[in-house]
Amino acid sequence: MEIVWDAFAQAALRLFGGDPATYTVIGLSLRVSGLSLLIATALGVPLGYLIGSRRFRGRGLVTAIVNTGMGLPPVVVGLMVYILISRSGPLSEAYVALVGEAMPRLLYTVPAMIIAQVMISTPIVTGVTLAAVGAVPAELRLQARSLGASHLQEAVLTIREARWGVMAAIAAGFGGIISEVGAVNMVGGNIEGKTRVMTTAIQLETGQGNFGLALGLGLILLGIAFVIMNAFTRVQHSGSRYER
Amino acid sequence: MIDRLRSAPVWRLTVLLLAGALAFSLAACAPQEKPLEEPVSEAPAVEVTDLILASTTSTQDSGLFGVLIPAFEEAYPQYKVNVIAKGTGEALELGQNKDADVLLVHAKAKEEQFVTDGYGTRRRDVMYNDFVIVGPSADPAGVEGLATAAEALTKISGAAAAFVSRGDESGTHTAEQKLWTKATITPSGEWYVSAGKGMGDVLTMSSELGAYTLTDRATYLSMRETLDLEILVEGDTALFNQYGVILVTDATNAEGALAFAEWITGEEAQAIIGGYGVDEFGEALFFPNADQQTTS
Repeated sequence: MEIVWDAFAQAALRLFGGDPATYTVIGLSLRVSGLSLLIATALGVPLGYLIGSRRFRGRGLVTAIVNTGMGLPPVVVGLMVYILISRSGPLSEAYVALVGEAMPRLLYTVPAMIIAQVMISTPIVTGVTLAAVGAVPAELRLQARSLGASHLQEAVLTIREARWGVMAAIAAGFGGIISEVGAVNMVGGNIEGKTRVMTTAIQLETGQGNFGLALGLGLILLGIAFVIMNAFTRVQHSGSRYER
Repeated sequence: MIDRLRSAPVWRLTVLLLAGALAFSLAACAPQEKPLEEPVSEAPAVEVTDLILASTTSTQDSGLFGVLIPAFEEAYPQYKVNVIAKGTGEALELGQNKDADVLLVHAKAKEEQFVTDGYGTRRRDVMYNDFVIVGPSADPAGVEGLATAAEALTKISGAAAAFVSRGDESGTHTAEQKLWTKATITPSGEWYVSAGKGMGDVLTMSSELGAYTLTDRATYLSMRETLDLEILVEGDTALFNQYGVILVTDATNAEGALAFAEWITGEEAQAIIGGYGVDEFGEALFFPNADQQTTS
């Protein structure tokens, strides 16, 4: 049990002791996962709406592919992104062929981490949105169309109707990436001050046997996730207040 | 109905929240990033370029880089070293794909093959540390004090006592495989656990399982207090672990790579390496030997 108290002490020390390295790591985690989530939301919600609301051939197959994507192991995504952006990878070769000079390094940078996290979270946001939109009665959209709503208005109405599910989709997407270590470690490289985020810092401290500090950083990560999710839930509740 | 859509407050709040989180996270990072990517104000003429050093978890976990890298950056302020700590296998793979500029790894045969294959040049010995066989103090296989690692492994497999292997193609794993070959044993069975993890994790696992394992001395010493493991076999020359520095062929920052390789095999770095660990552990963790180049 001693280690648990140590963890709390370490968490407090790092959080309130003004340790700049910890703030950098926290800021980077939020920036990488926040930006990734924005992109995943911008892609996943419209995509989920289209798949969930339209009837087309192969819809079952597309849904199955999206749902499979929700289970993609982050380390596999990391490996795929690595192979893509490596200096010996296809992207680099295409760049050299088109531009005639070497591609600026993307590996071990924040954008590389964001690419990987978008690939992890987009299927999650899409999949849960799809299920939520699919549960909205088709009659609602029919009625909207008959009252003269445009395609966009129809989409906004449907997504609004399915908002609890869509919010759950965004929350699930966030949970999936703020906590993952496999992909950011692979393409970020865990470079101190540049690509070290909460999860890779925890992994590093664990590897060095600093269990108390590792657990303390875990507590900070949990705390941050709680604050964000709590704010998110409050938004949901303020929505339901207007409804009455 | 359309009006109701426009006034949906829940969405506006969501967007606000997301935008707020974004703005905060951008703002939180911006000030800390600058000094890392721009030259310090006292030396505005120097342009800082990134140098990617792919190395092993053991060098990072032992804390050696914590003193070595700042000393290099002080001597060469035009380079910012980015350490990518992986197993030797992955570090070599990164070098092969030209995703690193310089390598500091410890699997001599693989390194020489790497150079032979044309992926790297100028392999030089830098330092060595040694492996030790650690295990529970009860020592169920009775290996304590044996002179050679091969004898100890023979006894461990004979007693079918639990042994945790890195199993990750790292330098340590390669060294372990060589020792089994030397003992003419192919380890397999319930007692032989292939973990596929880094050194720190494997030590923790061995401690929990009451198992034997092969570890570098540095990682063991730095974690000793959290482990129920004792050093049982040490000193066999077969347990010496040579680190080498290799320049990656056609590297992005070839100049920086060369500067690093020259520096780490030079007097200043060699002295730092030889002194590291004495204060904290009472003994040196690495032994510099760049002045005695050998080939295996």
